[in-house]
Amino acid sequence: MGRIQLKQITKSFGNVEVIPPLDLTIEEGEFTVFVGPSGCGKSTLLRLIAGLEDTTSGVIEIDGADATSLAPAKRGLAMVFQSYALYPHMTVRKNIAFPMKMAGMDQAEQDKRIASAAAALNLTDYLDRRPGQLSGGQRQRVAIGRAIVREPSAFLFDEPLSNLDAALRVGMRMEISELHKKLETTMIYVTHDQVEAMTMADKIVVLQAGRIEQVGSPMELYRTPRNRFVAGFIGSPKMNFIEGEEAAKQNAHCIGIRPEHIDVASEGASWSGVVGVSEHLGSDTFFHVHDTGLADTITVRADGEVGITSGDRIYLEPRADMIHRFDDAGLSL
Amino acid sequence: MATQHSRSAARIMMAPAVILLLGWMLVPLMMTLYFSFKKYLPLRGGDLGWVGFENYARFVSSSSFWPAVSATLMIVVGVLLITSILGVLLAILLDQPMWGQGIVRILVIAPFFVMPTVSALVWKNMFMDPVNGLLAHLWKFFGADPVAWLTEVPMGSIIMIVSWQWLPFATLILLTAIQSLDSEQLEASEMDGAPVLARFWYIVLPHLSRALTVVILIQTIFLLSIFAEIFVTTQGAFGTKTLSYLIFQRVLESQNVGLGSAGGVYAIILANIVALFLMRIVGKNLDT
Repeated sequence: MGRIQLKQITKSFGNVEVIPPLDLTIEEGEFTVFVGPSGCGKSTLLRLIAGLEDTTSGVIEIDGADATSLAPAKRGLAMVFQSYALYPHMTVRKNIAFPMKMAGMDQAEQDKRIASAAAALNLTDYLDRRPGQLSGGQRQRVAIGRAIVREPSAFLFDEPLSNLDAALRVGMRMEISELHKKLETTMIYVTHDQVEAMTMADKIVVLQAGRIEQVGSPMELYRTPRNRFVAGFIGSPKMNFIEGEEAAKQNAHCIGIRPEHIDVASEGASWSGVVGVSEHLGSDTFFHVHDTGLADTITVRADGEVGITSGDRIYLEPRADMIHRFDDAGLSL
Repeated sequence: MATQHSRSAARIMMAPAVILLLGWMLVPLMMTLYFSFKKYLPLRGGDLGWVGFENYARFVSSSSFWPAVSATLMIVVGVLLITSILGVLLAILLDQPMWGQGIVRILVIAPFFVMPTVSALVWKNMFMDPVNGLLAHLWKFFGADPVAWLTEVPMGSIIMIVSWQWLPFATLILLTAIQSLDSEQLEASEMDGAPVLARFWYIVLPHLSRALTVVILIQTIFLLSIFAEIFVTTQGAFGTKTLSYLIFQRVLESQNVGLGSAGGVYAIILANIVALFLMRIVGKNLDT
């Protein structure tokens, strides 16, 4: 249960083509993350799968059956919305029970499923409260609970963590990952945050302007990005891109090197520059190095305790085997 | 900001408005109470002294008292039912994207700007007239006998006229409420397998409950004292005599100010009873 196939899907709003023909297969039990900058069509793609938008052309297959013109409720998918979309006038219990009530499930089975979902999500004490009396994280869990009780063949998450504060986001990230391990249900997760994508996904789909730039496991994308866009999008801080003479030396239009693959060296190293802003995170330090003659700024990751401050001259040695090379169309060489 | 000084300054500056409003309300109330205990017949001897509760007893024992109370309540309930049900439906209709939305919305609001007297006259003479009215022509076009609306179904006619005036108000408030409904909630319920009617019943209607409460409470206040529509149509005949119309007749047609004032006090009591019930039934929606 839970294999989703998109075949030559397109979507246009009026004359604007949001999603050009697109093929994608999401395997059973996979945690797939759609990631991309805002406006790249990732939410639209999720809504097409959910059935909340109609496809302009193409076929959506769920478990081998054509679901292109099936009503959202008939697709066996459950969705968690960005705003949680809880029903404000219903208690938590009624919110969770709503899809079962609509399906006409008998009361005993409803109670059983509510109890087990509430236990799994730590909501047992809040079942008789209304959404307005809950914190953001609790509301998030109610929304997930409402999705779980339907026992769907796949879960769809539309930027579910973007309304939470940073600490809670890390916690919920873990909870969703654990939920996936436990349920082993297909999950499709939309986010613009590459950290969420890297930490949670089995498979990442990087989108830009409705096109799939690359599909692969997090480490595949990190190690072998197919083009400059993916290379820049995956990894934090961003990869450094260097064009011109230095790139020409490597027979490329442009070369890219991640901040963590540049070592701080002593005098006589390949590159040097002046430290501008330095960000001390404790475990790591990020230097923004200027006046290297390579690019405006080169970002470098160093140990937390390195004794270099703003204004110092710094010598850098890139790890040669970690350099990515791109041609003038931005594709990896 | 809220220092001792600024608070007393605020009190002084608000005083004129408060005193004016208080006087506006208290003086008529006091005069009503004062006259209700007197035998006061302006054209037949003027002030004839105190009579205790005689006016009150006479007003209730009159054969037109209970019919007037029930007519009042019938109009209030009828208009409330029609305007809230049609108001919800119209609000949903106007919320749909359509061509000429702006103009349609303005047209829907328009009846609210027509004065009650004018609208009642227009309905009476242009629509409901059994000889020349538009409705009479419509009936004749289909080969039916024209209905003499105001004599055959007087109560229904008045409820129709008043509903026509108040429907825009209900629609306007409900439309703004419906527009504030989060579309993700509707989508979530769609994903949860709720068909259209269930979405309306479980999502849209609860969302509208607060706006409906406001509509019902405000309309009740105005509908309890409805007068002009009856004055220019049936003149209180055919069982359409409301409490306020009865008071009008006692004071101006029978020239008995004392009796009318006692009726006014009853009207206040009735309004309070209705308000109490309404607050019990719908008022809890305002809490959350």
